[in-house]
Amino acid sequence: MGESILQLRQIRKSFDNTEVLKGIDLEVAQGEFITLLGASGCGKTTTLRIIAGLELPDAGQVILEGQDITNREPNKRDVNTVFQNYALFPHMNVSDNVGYGLKIRKVPKAEIERKVEQALRLVQLEEYGKRMPDQLSGGQKQRIAIARAVINEPKVLLLDEPLGALDLKLRRQMQLELKRLQKRLGITFIYITHDQEEAINMSDRIGVMHEGILEQLGTPNEVYYQPQTSYVADFVGNANILHKNGETFAIRSENILMNGETVCTREAVVVEKSFAGGQLRILFRLPDGQTLTASRYGIDNDLQPGQKVKIGWDAKDAVKVIDNDKDENHK
Amino acid sequence: MTKTKITSNSRRRSGNVGLMIPMYVFTILFVALPILYLFLLSFLQRAQVWGVDFTFTLDNYKRILEPLYLDTFWQSLKLAFTATFFVALIGYPYGYFMAKMNAVWKRRMLLLIMIPFWTSALIRLYGWIIVFRSNGVLDKILMGLHLTKQPLKLLYTYPAVVVGMVYSLLPFMILAVYSSAEKLDASLVEASRDLGASAWKAFWTVSFRLTLPGLLSGVVLSFIPSMGLFFIADILGGNKIVLVGSVIQEQITKGRNQPFAAALSAVLMILTSVMIRLYRKITGTSQLEGMM
Repeated sequence: MGESILQLRQIRKSFDNTEVLKGIDLEVAQGEFITLLGASGCGKTTTLRIIAGLELPDAGQVILEGQDITNREPNKRDVNTVFQNYALFPHMNVSDNVGYGLKIRKVPKAEIERKVEQALRLVQLEEYGKRMPDQLSGGQKQRIAIARAVINEPKVLLLDEPLGALDLKLRRQMQLELKRLQKRLGITFIYITHDQEEAINMSDRIGVMHEGILEQLGTPNEVYYQPQTSYVADFVGNANILHKNGETFAIRSENILMNGETVCTREAVVVEKSFAGGQLRILFRLPDGQTLTASRYGIDNDLQPGQKVKIGWDAKDAVKVIDNDKDENHK
Repeated sequence: MTKTKITSNSRRRSGNVGLMIPMYVFTILFVALPILYLFLLSFLQRAQVWGVDFTFTLDNYKRILEPLYLDTFWQSLKLAFTATFFVALIGYPYGYFMAKMNAVWKRRMLLLIMIPFWTSALIRLYGWIIVFRSNGVLDKILMGLHLTKQPLKLLYTYPAVVVGMVYSLLPFMILAVYSSAEKLDASLVEASRDLGASAWKAFWTVSFRLTLPGLLSGVVLSFIPSMGLFFIADILGGNKIVLVGSVIQEQITKGRNQPFAAALSAVLMILTSVMIRLYRKITGTSQLEGMM
């Protein structure tokens, strides 16, 4: 990890007596692409708004380049946000939208023009300067929102589910574009999403959030292969959670083996099977009543519901995790 | 394919026309014809004893150009401007903040401006007489607080008329501003702050700009009636302040000069439509904010 640019220390926040952030600690390195991943209501957006200054924490500190900016107004922070609904000013054309931040800071007109042109070229919309926001498609609005933020050369760029409203194909394309843009500009990105694929595709590190707690912070590999809690295992890897002798294990569905392999020593009954996304998913019930899902590529139609089979898994694929349902700190 | 489309389309359209007939009949009978009658009347002459003479003349319009009536128009415009200015000054912040409140406070603030509507406008104006008259409520309060020594004699003065007008027109402004402020997306203000604007600058460059249609609509909705609210000027201004509306009323009742009253009304209507034209041009919308 490089030099630290942003730190969150024990951030707490409540709305109407409900604690939405229960002490968030986070350190972000210069130039890093970090993603806060979690289901809706986990506190990820509130965290982002606290960094932007649009919300004040009840406790804790926000530190940008060594300076405490916790109580600074949003306009006095070297941080810009790409909003979920784009928030383009409907009464200004694209150029005026993109140049807004520079105009507010009284940058000379000629320089604004030059930089706006540059920013529009960066997002490949040079020709669109005179258009009004309501004449743009979703993907174009998204790019303008990004151009409007990066033109100010913020120390940290905050992105609140910026691709949420786009269709799948465009989203994939924009993921790659965003990642490329981030590399090119060298700006630190803090990215918010509820889509684990998106997080894994783009991030240097992922912070998985759950009910106001940062459950795990690590590289995509770490979060995927070594989940620390049952929630992370389930949310990121769609893993099976099994309880045995008071301990909890996570095993991803592709690691469940069956038929003939030496580790297959457990009896299981096929409950149902379904085919989706090129994968066959089989739901098993173990003798003690726990269920788990196995996945295979292709249509393997030998198995029928009610059939008894032997299944198993390599010991290394069963990762010991903290059970969110039992651990008080992770509830 | 194209053919069937056209027939089905035209059939649908003719069906719509059928449903619209009552509306057209109503509009023609009660709006278009009276206006036409008014304009026609304005080019006729007053009969010696009763009614109108059917001889074409431009005299009614020439008469408006006499200093006496031009001055009345000027006085009306001035009063309308003054009243509208104060209506905007009070109504804009009220409507704007009402839109920002939570549901409970919104209802309370709305109730405050709706309650007066449940009483007759005339009775409410007589209420103002009680407030303004010599040794009235206002004088008693001010003298009780030792702010003034003698009664202010506010009744039958220009300020009293302005207060009465502002009081009567405020709800229109508030509702117009409220309706456009309600639509204002809070994330736009946040975006502006995030991009470096101070709270004031964000208000000015984003919130104010986007609620301007509401404010302008409120201006139109206050300015136009204030030219005609003669009874306010009569009740609170005595006969010192004469408005176009008062002249029209007098010409019909006391003067029995309907053609001249019609000419005055016609000019007033033309002024009004010029204002609405201007509003449309500035805001680029055809509908007044807060009206439907």
